[in-house]
Amino acid sequence: MLIQAHIQAHQHVPGGLMPLLHAIQDDIGYVPDAVYPDIAKALALSVAEVHGVVTFYHHFRTHPIGRHVLQICRAESCQAMGCGKLEAELKSRLGVDYHQTTQDGQFTLLPVYCLGNCGCSPSVMLDDEVYGRMDTEKVSELIDEVCHG
Amino acid sequence: MVKVYVPIDSTALSLGAERTAKAIVKEAQAGGIAIELVRNGSRGLFWLEPLVEVDTAQGRVAFGPVQPKDVPGLFAADFTNALSDKAKAHPLYLGLTDELAWLKKQQRLTFTRVGITDPVSLEDYLAHEGYKGLKNALALSGADIVKAVTDSGLRGRGGAAFPTGIKWNTVLNAPAEQKYVVCNADEGDSGTYSDRMIMEDDPYVLIEGMTIAGIAVGATQGYIYLRSEYPHALQTLNEAIRRATLAGYLGEDILGSGKTFHLEVRRAAGAYVCGEETSLLESLEGKRGLVRFKPPLPAIEGLFGKPTIVNNVISLATVPIILDKGAQYYADYGMGRSRGTLPIQLAGNLKQTGLVELAFGATLRELLYDYGGGSATGRPIRAVQVGGPLGAYLPESQFDTPLDYEEFGKIWAVLGHGGIVAFDDSADMAKMARYAFEFCAEESCGKCTPCRIGSTRGVEVMDKVIAGKNHARNVQLLRDLSDTMLNGSLCALGGMTPYPVLSALNHFPEDFGLSHKEAAA
Repeated sequence: MLIQAHIQAHQHVPGGLMPLLHAIQDDIGYVPDAVYPDIAKALALSVAEVHGVVTFYHHFRTHPIGRHVLQICRAESCQAMGCGKLEAELKSRLGVDYHQTTQDGQFTLLPVYCLGNCGCSPSVMLDDEVYGRMDTEKVSELIDEVCHG
Repeated sequence: MVKVYVPIDSTALSLGAERTAKAIVKEAQAGGIAIELVRNGSRGLFWLEPLVEVDTAQGRVAFGPVQPKDVPGLFAADFTNALSDKAKAHPLYLGLTDELAWLKKQQRLTFTRVGITDPVSLEDYLAHEGYKGLKNALALSGADIVKAVTDSGLRGRGGAAFPTGIKWNTVLNAPAEQKYVVCNADEGDSGTYSDRMIMEDDPYVLIEGMTIAGIAVGATQGYIYLRSEYPHALQTLNEAIRRATLAGYLGEDILGSGKTFHLEVRRAAGAYVCGEETSLLESLEGKRGLVRFKPPLPAIEGLFGKPTIVNNVISLATVPIILDKGAQYYADYGMGRSRGTLPIQLAGNLKQTGLVELAFGATLRELLYDYGGGSATGRPIRAVQVGGPLGAYLPESQFDTPLDYEEFGKIWAVLGHGGIVAFDDSADMAKMARYAFEFCAEESCGKCTPCRIGSTRGVEVMDKVIAGKNHARNVQLLRDLSDTMLNGSLCALGGMTPYPVLSALNHFPEDFGLSHKEAAA
């Protein structure tokens, strides 16, 4: 769907900016700053306001990312079950730090603060699926499955 | 045809329930055994997930945890004939689900259907006493509905514990052409997942609760502000809303009453502070999630400046049973001013984690040891954080505190949303205090100085304390900074970050390089 079509669809929705940004990001993976002026005009906002909203929320991205998103939960419950070790090992295995993408463009690594799976810590989220009671070996298997499956 | 249940709840899925379900279907087909696969919610016994249940003449029989590799063996043991001796002899056989000690001792009111029904089946919901509350409410005046909620003693389950009925009454009495009901489903606290379970496992109870709220105060539009980390809840809610609308339980002229209530899910975008109600409203309006000054209260000037009920998922999902069974029925549970039940979530380093709904008054020790079975690692439980990242850390000496809003207040702790995260003796509490500041710095909306600047300064001071630099002075600075944040912040994010920090310092001073005597001074 063209970005313009998303803008038109949300133009008259009360509080429509957030759903619009979600629609764009769901569609193309990020919210390019080149579209801020079009959004601003359609929703009667300033470009600064649009920029402010996009950058306030952790979820919205302004640049393209890897084919898959791997999020590691850093919240207390996962810390109580050793997510610190998992974080360090996965960063080293993927060769990236948080907010970076692997060289082959496959994975972007992100921190996340709670996935609501605190009964089975530590948890990670790969794209739209949560995985519980993880360790480096299990996450590596998931990574391999995604790459080769 | 025998019914076989495999949960579709996120936690069960995170442990492989989807593959288990597929393996069961495949094995049944291969063996020519006719089964009806039902994807139910989770019963909340997470150490047994994926928990597979089989219908029998005596009730549902549980097997768990069932991984795909266990499935051929289960069929070989004739598990679909779960009362047979062969099935009973299988190592994963657990007996009748309702007789499991974990479930049998609970008092499930809000969670009465969770794990039992197919979440998106409206027929299932109706067959299990669903929508009885709404039908009663439609026969009452708005004021009488509000009175029932007030008389039940229900207090905001999101954490603030403000009486729900009083909030509703303010909205009821605020004259306006348009009013709103907003459900705060931005469940961002670590150690909590009861909102998620309601939305994924019994979505109609939330929809019914919000509809009752709308009818009570004259609000015709509702929004569920759902965190973006919950994609399964989003799908389930949207499907349930679609079906409820088709069946006349939402939309215009609800059940022929002439009343209108529309409901829409709006996705959050990963800002923890948007769990604060005024920041949430800003976000719903399409703005940055900056906290608003109060007054005006959202009940007077809320969403788009109109009177708005903002309640947590559990508060709203508890309304149907109050309207169904009566205010007194609900109020008969609990202790002191904490009436009814609390869905408690066991998390972190525990052998048995999951959902425990009990009347207020059970002690932490019962939860940690009787339900939780002690730590998962087998080491002593050293600290417990109750109520999310802004809740205090409690040492073993406080484990006999009953779960009650006021009792927790007396020991400078909070019950919050009922999440309990256990840590074993390998936890470094100075690191946890540092993390509390780090989290606050990451999530601060930036509107007030104590939170915006204080959190970053807090990380720096903690680094110095941990490194032992100018130790006494920096510990004093830590206390001064905490005092400023506690008393000077605009909302609970900055205002409560000192809870985990100071409780860690006071109860575990040795981790900060202090003796207990020095800490007390």
